[in-house]
Amino acid sequence: MSGNEIVTDVVVIGGGPVGLFSVFELGLLDLKCHVIDILDRPGGQCAELYPEKPIYDIPGFPVVTGQELTDNLLKQIAPFNAEFHYNRMVNSVEKQADGTFRLVTDADETFIAKVVVIAAGGGSFQPKRPPVEGIEAFEGKSVYYAVRKMDDFRDQDVVIVGGGDSALDWTLNLQPIARSLTLVHRRDAFKAAPASVNRMKELVMEGKINFLLGQVSKLDGENGQINHVHLTMDAGDLSIPATRLLPFFGLTMKLGPVADWGLDLNDNLIVVDTEKFETSVPGIFAIGDINHYPGKLKLILSGFHEAALMAQAAKKIVSPDERVIFQYTTSSTKLQKKLGVA
Amino acid sequence: MKIHVTDQAGVEHELEGLEGWRVMEVIRDWGLNIKAECGGACSCATCHVYVAPEWFDKVGARSDDEEDLLDTVGDVKPTSRLSCQILMSDELDGLKVTLAASAAQ
Ligand SMILES: Cc1cc2nc3c(=O)[nH]c(=O)nc-3n(C[C@H](O)[C@H](O)[C@H](O)COP(=O)(O)OP(=O)(O)OC[C@H]3O[C@@H](n4cnc5c(N)ncnc54)[C@H](O)[C@@H]3O)c2cc1C
Ligand code: FES
Repeated sequence: MSGNEIVTDVVVIGGGPVGLFSVFELGLLDLKCHVIDILDRPGGQCAELYPEKPIYDIPGFPVVTGQELTDNLLKQIAPFNAEFHYNRMVNSVEKQADGTFRLVTDADETFIAKVVVIAAGGGSFQPKRPPVEGIEAFEGKSVYYAVRKMDDFRDQDVVIVGGGDSALDWTLNLQPIARSLTLVHRRDAFKAAPASVNRMKELVMEGKINFLLGQVSKLDGENGQINHVHLTMDAGDLSIPATRLLPFFGLTMKLGPVADWGLDLNDNLIVVDTEKFETSVPGIFAIGDINHYPGKLKLILSGFHEAALMAQAAKKIVSPDERVIFQYTTSSTKLQKKLGVA
Repeated sequence: MKIHVTDQAGVEHELEGLEGWRVMEVIRDWGLNIKAECGGACSCATCHVYVAPEWFDKVGARSDDEEDLLDTVGDVKPTSRLSCQILMSDELDGLKVTLAASAAQ
């Protein structure tokens, strides 16, 4: 059990555009939010998959990039001081006897909330697994997709695969402690900071690391421990001794633990009503790309609308006795005070 | 116009291609195993196919963006392409592609 327990009105699972905007709608109704995301920053698909691509169908913005939209949403919700918890995945959500919900993350924290808003979009971002047969058997034991503890790589024969910033950064960081380090990439061009690429090339010249042009095709080993990595190369196949493999191929979206929370699903999407966007469990709402109802459109715009309606229903759960009067932000001084503009 | 798609299990399918559609869209519309996570925005590489060698020159060249994205899959071959970056046209009638393992859902 963890010693860390956070009690709040609402936990929002997912810091994508829809999760972020829900903080605004909930904030206008005085509900305090904690937002949890497995990524290390907000924005969901907008920030991860297309930060620099223009979006043309956000009302009032003829054009805005994924990152600009995220930045603007953060500015818009700033008055409500939501607390953000990044780099953690919500593993479980359970209704307790007193009607509140208990959420546990993979960082072993517990959140107690009166309302849960699932804004998990296309699912949780997880590392792309290279298409190498049997790789699952080695994962977490000798094949890793992230470096959590540097010490796991000390005095090991490390093979890093990839040509982006993560691959280059970890090549530079692990070189001093690894017994040997080989960087493998399919071509001689890198999509990483030029300074890291130059430093890597220096280390190759100094004979401190190896660089090979190729792709991983097969792994040898037993009981979860690899001992050789086979590479397919233009020059022919090669097998190199290795005790640790770190493939850095970016992220892909998987539904993840959401599937196990006992909610009614339709083809991996959470079924909701269209009045409140509540799931089959009262008090748990699902908004944005993750939900399903007749006519659903997976658009940011739709998620924003769903957030507004959800917030009204969430308010009734958190404060059942309070009368909520519908107000406009343009004319209500009360709302403007909350936003810090009146 | 037709395209011939071999899926990850080695089964060949003849699909009706539509002028102006992306090859990815045709494959997805047909229900074959293609993730196409980003919907064709050249952002995910989960629409990876191998173009039959005799068609490779006809489908045009990879863009820099596409090249960078192909770095994020582990099964690139000389004839690899992202199928969302190939637009169907009369010249591609009869195109043959094979779905890569990394395109699977
Ligand atoms: C290339 C591309 C272009 C697009 N263009 C447009 C466009 O022009 N217009 C438009 O309206 N839409 C567009 N979309 C779709 C749009 O991005 C989505 O509709 C939108 O991102 C959905 O927002 P969301 O907040 O519901 O989910 P997401 O953006 O998917 O965010 C969900 C977040 O939840 C997190 N999460 C999931 N599960 C967990 C868990 N268990 N624990 C912790 N965190 C979790 C994820 O890490 C993620 O950050 C585009 C999408 C792509 C990929
Ligand atoms: S569908 Fe995402 S790159 Fe082609």
